[in-house]
Amino acid sequence: MADPIGIEIRNLYKIFGPNPAAHVEAVRAGMTKAELQARHGHVLGLRDINISIAPGSIQVIMGLSGSGKSTLIRHINRLIEPTAGEIIIEGQNVVAMPPEALRAFRRHKTAMVFQKFALLPHRTVLDNAAYGLEVQGVPEAERYRTAMRWIERVGLKGFEKSYPSQLSGGMQQRVGLARALVNDAPILLMDEAYSALDPLIRYDMQTVLLDLQKEVRKTIVFITHDLDEALRIGDRIALLRDGCVIQQGSAQDIVLRPADDYVANFVQHVDRGKVLKVASIMVEPSGAEAPPEAAIDPEARVADALQKMAVLRLQSLRVEAPDGRTLGHLPFQAAIDAYTGQQGAR
Amino acid sequence: MAWLTSFPQLDDGYLRDLKKVIDEGFRNFTRSYGDMIEGFFSPLQTLLIWSERLLLNTPWPIILLVVAGLAWGASRNWRVVIGSVLTLVLIGLFGMWDDTMKTVSMIFAATLLSIVIGLPLGILMSRSDRFQAVLNPILDVMQTMPSFVYLIPVVMLLGIGKVPGLIAVVIYALPPMIRLTNLGIRQVDREVLEAADAFGSSAWQKLIKAELPLALPTIMAGINQTIMMALAMVVIASMIGVQGLGQPVLRAINNQYFTLGVFNGFAIVGIAILFDRISQAWGKRLQKHREVGHG
Repeated sequence: MADPIGIEIRNLYKIFGPNPAAHVEAVRAGMTKAELQARHGHVLGLRDINISIAPGSIQVIMGLSGSGKSTLIRHINRLIEPTAGEIIIEGQNVVAMPPEALRAFRRHKTAMVFQKFALLPHRTVLDNAAYGLEVQGVPEAERYRTAMRWIERVGLKGFEKSYPSQLSGGMQQRVGLARALVNDAPILLMDEAYSALDPLIRYDMQTVLLDLQKEVRKTIVFITHDLDEALRIGDRIALLRDGCVIQQGSAQDIVLRPADDYVANFVQHVDRGKVLKVASIMVEPSGAEAPPEAAIDPEARVADALQKMAVLRLQSLRVEAPDGRTLGHLPFQAAIDAYTGQQGAR
Repeated sequence: MAWLTSFPQLDDGYLRDLKKVIDEGFRNFTRSYGDMIEGFFSPLQTLLIWSERLLLNTPWPIILLVVAGLAWGASRNWRVVIGSVLTLVLIGLFGMWDDTMKTVSMIFAATLLSIVIGLPLGILMSRSDRFQAVLNPILDVMQTMPSFVYLIPVVMLLGIGKVPGLIAVVIYALPPMIRLTNLGIRQVDREVLEAADAFGSSAWQKLIKAELPLALPTIMAGINQTIMMALAMVVIASMIGVQGLGQPVLRAINNQYFTLGVFNGFAIVGIAILFDRISQAWGKRLQKHREVGHG
């Protein structure tokens, strides 16, 4: 497995139109999207994006359609050319790479999964999965061996001779995932990879991805418009609106401390009990005695904590790290507040 | 009021001079470069003679077997196979075997040439909107200009014979090949091309592994059209010395031999249907896995 590598996106701007470079300065100086459109007929795609993605983490980029999220992910492997800004990966600026280096970078450092699968319909599952290696010039026997391993790993054993048209959407996206994993690239780009799938299948595929991630430890950039999906799989989440990042942080940050009304409105329908962790809402150790069975893991969810308090008829729980240290305590009221979101945990 | 009823035209003497200058210029051009141009096209002569000999010298049972094999390979359908063989048997029984083989060899050479020229042009056309804008009107002219008109300079340059005939046929049959290659490549799903790029394909790999295979059913439709248009030119080409089914038709027109005309006409129709069914069946079979269904 390749070592995970990080991604630094710095001051990235994208303007669509006949002469984008001419308007970057105006946008930097604060011209709005509507103004740019009305006065110069250019569309502002992305404005001053700064995201630092840690090696081996899952970074979710979330936004509604038109927010620029698919544009943003396409900058990381430069399927779209930025108007200004830098993307630094392993000390190299992807934006400045000459074509030859860019091709090598795409072959060895990144792999991508697409919303509408984008499989080659005239090729079998096996040949689709092996595509990345084929392009690299890996001998047939070796690329088929690697491809078979990942086809089995994503649960498609026995379908390697099928054509994409013979598979369901969920299975086609497993092929898309296998194709990306076969490359063994340290960066995995997933552009609304699960948005076209039914909810149950989407949940399955999220599980597949999370399980795989424990094994392969890639740096994953995951685009979605589905907040539940974002909260479930993202180590960090960046919220995009009209081409700007309006909030970045962990799932806990976004649910507990929404940056503005737009985000607050977004998170208000989330099942907070299943998202919030005990660690995010616990308070200082009280010193009060608590029975030993009333300990709870900081990673446990608030819903579990409430369940436990109800069963044990307790007014608070002691938050205990796996090594036995006491980290804090969780009063019933704090848990209920966090759960309902009424007062908002402070 | 005479100027209202008769359209004002350029002076007669001026028009006469203009035509004379162009004609003389072209005649001089022919005199000085005719041999060179003939030399340039001589590989076509070789190709034509080779394909004609191949078809005429092969024993007829083998031709029937090959056609049956092609029909089966392309369609996997017994009705197409039986229909194809029956058509050829009837043509042979009515004494038109040799002429048919000559015509088929001509069509074969014209189609081959059209693919060799049309495919790269179609690919270039799909790459550049500007090239498309330039080429489209030229293709329009090639398709609508009465073939007799461009037969004149071709015959002046190359004389009477197979090669000028082939060139006339190709001029007429080439446009659909170019247009449908262009269309097929432009219609390839953008996301699939993005995927090819994202995995680091070179431009050539993208063309060979994604664009051409996905455009192939449309390109096949282009080849089918090319064959049909080449067949439509058979009689006209016979006027400048191309042998085959066209010549008896021409003789029939000149001498009012009704039956001779009908027989040869039906032979042309017969092989047209044969080519059409085989190439369409193949195109359809190519289509089978090329469209992704979402399920």
